[in-house]
Amino acid sequence: MGRYIINRVFISIPLLLIISLLTFVLINLSPLDPAEVVLQAQGVPKITDELIAQTKEELGMDQPFILRYFDWLVASLQLDFGDSYVTGKPVWSLIGPAFLNTFKLTFVSSVVIIVMSILLGVICALKEGKIVDKSVRGVSFFLTAMPSYWLASIMIWYVSVKFDLLPTSGMDSYKSYILPVIVITISYAGIYFRNVRTSMISNLNEDYVLYGRACGLPEKKITVHILRNSLQVAISIFGMAIPIILGSTVVIENIFAWPGLGSLSVKAILSRDFPIIQAYVLILAAVFVLFNTVSDIVNAAMNPKIRNDL
Amino acid sequence: MENILEVRNLRVWDLNSDKVLIANNSFDLRRSSCLAIVGESGSGKSITCRSIMRLNGSSLRQSGEILFKGENLTTLSEKKMRRKRGRKLCMILQNGMSAFDPSCVIGVHLKETLAEHFDCDWKKNEIEEKMKLAMESVMLKNPIEIMNKYPHQLSGGMLQRIMIALAIVLEPDIIIADEPTTALDTVSQFEVVEQFIQLRKKMGCSMIFISHDLGVVRKIADEVLVMKDGEIVERGPTEAIFLKPEHKYTKYLVSTRLALSENFKKLMRGETIVAES
Amino acid sequence: MRIFKNLSKDKLATISVTVIVVTIIVGLFAPFFAPHDPNQVNMSLRYASSSWEYLLGNDHLGRCILSRIIYGIRPSVLWVLVALFISVLIGAVLGFLSGYFRGKVDAFIMRVCDIMLSFPGYVMTLAIVGILGVGLGNILIAFILVKWAWFARVIRTSVMQYSELEYVKFSKASGISDLKIIYKHLVPVTFSDIAVISSSSIGSMILQISGFSFLGLGIQAPNAEWGMMLNEAREVMFTRPELMLAPGLAIVIVVSAFNFLSDALQVALDPKLLNSKKRPQQKSPTTTVKIQKKEVAH
Repeated sequence: MGRYIINRVFISIPLLLIISLLTFVLINLSPLDPAEVVLQAQGVPKITDELIAQTKEELGMDQPFILRYFDWLVASLQLDFGDSYVTGKPVWSLIGPAFLNTFKLTFVSSVVIIVMSILLGVICALKEGKIVDKSVRGVSFFLTAMPSYWLASIMIWYVSVKFDLLPTSGMDSYKSYILPVIVITISYAGIYFRNVRTSMISNLNEDYVLYGRACGLPEKKITVHILRNSLQVAISIFGMAIPIILGSTVVIENIFAWPGLGSLSVKAILSRDFPIIQAYVLILAAVFVLFNTVSDIVNAAMNPKIRNDL
Repeated sequence: MENILEVRNLRVWDLNSDKVLIANNSFDLRRSSCLAIVGESGSGKSITCRSIMRLNGSSLRQSGEILFKGENLTTLSEKKMRRKRGRKLCMILQNGMSAFDPSCVIGVHLKETLAEHFDCDWKKNEIEEKMKLAMESVMLKNPIEIMNKYPHQLSGGMLQRIMIALAIVLEPDIIIADEPTTALDTVSQFEVVEQFIQLRKKMGCSMIFISHDLGVVRKIADEVLVMKDGEIVERGPTEAIFLKPEHKYTKYLVSTRLALSENFKKLMRGETIVAES
Repeated sequence: MRIFKNLSKDKLATISVTVIVVTIIVGLFAPFFAPHDPNQVNMSLRYASSSWEYLLGNDHLGRCILSRIIYGIRPSVLWVLVALFISVLIGAVLGFLSGYFRGKVDAFIMRVCDIMLSFPGYVMTLAIVGILGVGLGNILIAFILVKWAWFARVIRTSVMQYSELEYVKFSKASGISDLKIIYKHLVPVTFSDIAVISSSSIGSMILQISGFSFLGLGIQAPNAEWGMMLNEAREVMFTRPELMLAPGLAIVIVVSAFNFLSDALQVALDPKLLNSKKRPQQKSPTTTVKIQKKEVAH
């Protein structure tokens, strides 16, 4: 097991390096000259070639590409992502708190999603083909076809405006979490629920279930075995729920004015604030790789067969 | 000899498609004898066995009576039926590889099963001691080590013998073996069949042995049922079936089997001749 | 033909196909079907409710909502289909290359895919839009760049399964050219897998792209697009919530239709699923896990 963990971690390091390089290259591929963007963002009335050259030097753009990449990488590792072009503040001072806010929302939503989808998945699998199963699947089918922002708007209109039960936006108390979490759960639980259900059902038909029953084991114990095996598939998928939702709360955050990464990144994209975009992509990709690694390791701990595969 | 199991008018059908899978079959199993059920795949052999254990999937329904020592199994509550499974009626499956939970070591299943049936009768150590002895008796060396292994680390033949060992400890009245040799290579097949013969000698239990390997059947069974498309087409003592098959289908089965072995013998003879010359 | 036969038995599938076909035709010939110019501003008709002339009413600039919905089919559905087609095409070419020829080509393509897939799709799209600038074209480009790797991976798995089959091995052994084998034997059988996976991602793609437009990152005013229309309606949500209705329902209906169709296709192509019996098991549990993981990620 120890060897597996070391191997797995070593695989993810070059991946992280390649991702960081790609992020850096992508930003530098932009058709716009960063120096020009900075000057525009700072509202300099007349942009002369001299000014551009001067800004270039300030930004360190005159250095060779590889050197700039290394400087950037070393600085990034110390959470120094440079200054925002628009506000001039250090990127980390903007992105750090935003990340925390998004993470809080994501964490709560993921917990709700995981609990809901295991619960519903198990119930539906055990009642396969019965009314409960059919109706849960039918409802989830329509809910996943709804645009999340539409659902969110409808909910804000009904719950917050018409009945004034919950805040419409912001992040003031635990009440602010309720609507965004519900919307995120509705738009993502469907996939996870369906996964738990299918893997439960395919395990129900396995020989070990038949043999367990033939040996006179009580249904409760057999269900534990089925859960153990079917959650194995689910766990690796759940492991990715947090980073995926972390990266896709953009729309929800905008609707609920959640002061998180999504709002920040959309603002940055609209104003072409490259350092923020760069940091955003890098941080999320790193989180993604991190969770991927951890979920693989957890999976290997649970499933002895996988350990030998690497 | 008295009958230990009597199956009367067993009928099994599929709820989804209304297809009848087993049509009004009746047969008996005598105490201490071995009944073989033969037939091609899809002829309803396995479903018959699972019906006796009441373990068919939720889409299958069954009717008819199954009398075990005079008690009708079909009307028992699920709880009482569960107590019969394993302790009175023990099943051995075709594929040892998938018969154990792949994410647990083998010992987990063995201990759970034994704990379920011998809750207060025996002390823990005694159970383990008995299990060890049983595993050694089916030629599994280092039982403790094997119990701490995952199914994928053991061979199909070993897993099959573990199931037999478990049956030895459970001391059931009837063992139902569902194609126990089909998934094995020839050498393990031979070993496993030997173990079954030993098992019968030692415990004197009754056995239902499903197979489409007529060679194995001839070696182990006292009586044979031939099934085709969910119906019993012929039944009788093993030798009689092999020597004087009456139904067309049985004749066909026996003749193909004979043709195969004749051919094999001829080939072997040919080989030796070639080798000698 | 068997597929169509199976599909036509399924009532929901028939309705879905009808909805999709009608949507595509109306979208293609939008000028013919739309009763008004979608961008014609008419301040006297602001927030007018539905009338015979303007069936779905008018928006905050007095524009005909029905015409805007009809013109909105183009960016919301048709262009998404084009983007999907291109990324499936790229994925198919690379998937066939690596699944059929294996070896170094395979290793290289799969490493690239690994890297592409280690970015969360949404973030990658945002990043590309951030670099190229806002606009529908850039979002579609971003989608193609993000999605092809996932298609390449799945198609490779499917190609690998089929090229293991005896008749393909036999054709290889008897010296038939690789191109001919791929064209004659592999394309027809893998086509059904490709159809299923691409149809299953249409729904989420439509939702995501309309989401980007909703954020103002996609198509720019005054062009009509469903997500964009919802964005405009959001500004007057508290006073005129009914404006959210038409574009929202349009999205729900079209996405449901595509999702139903994809489910029905899966059943039609693999009738075994109907009986809810076990699906044929994949060889290694690891690959199943990995593929499902990626499936969720995108």
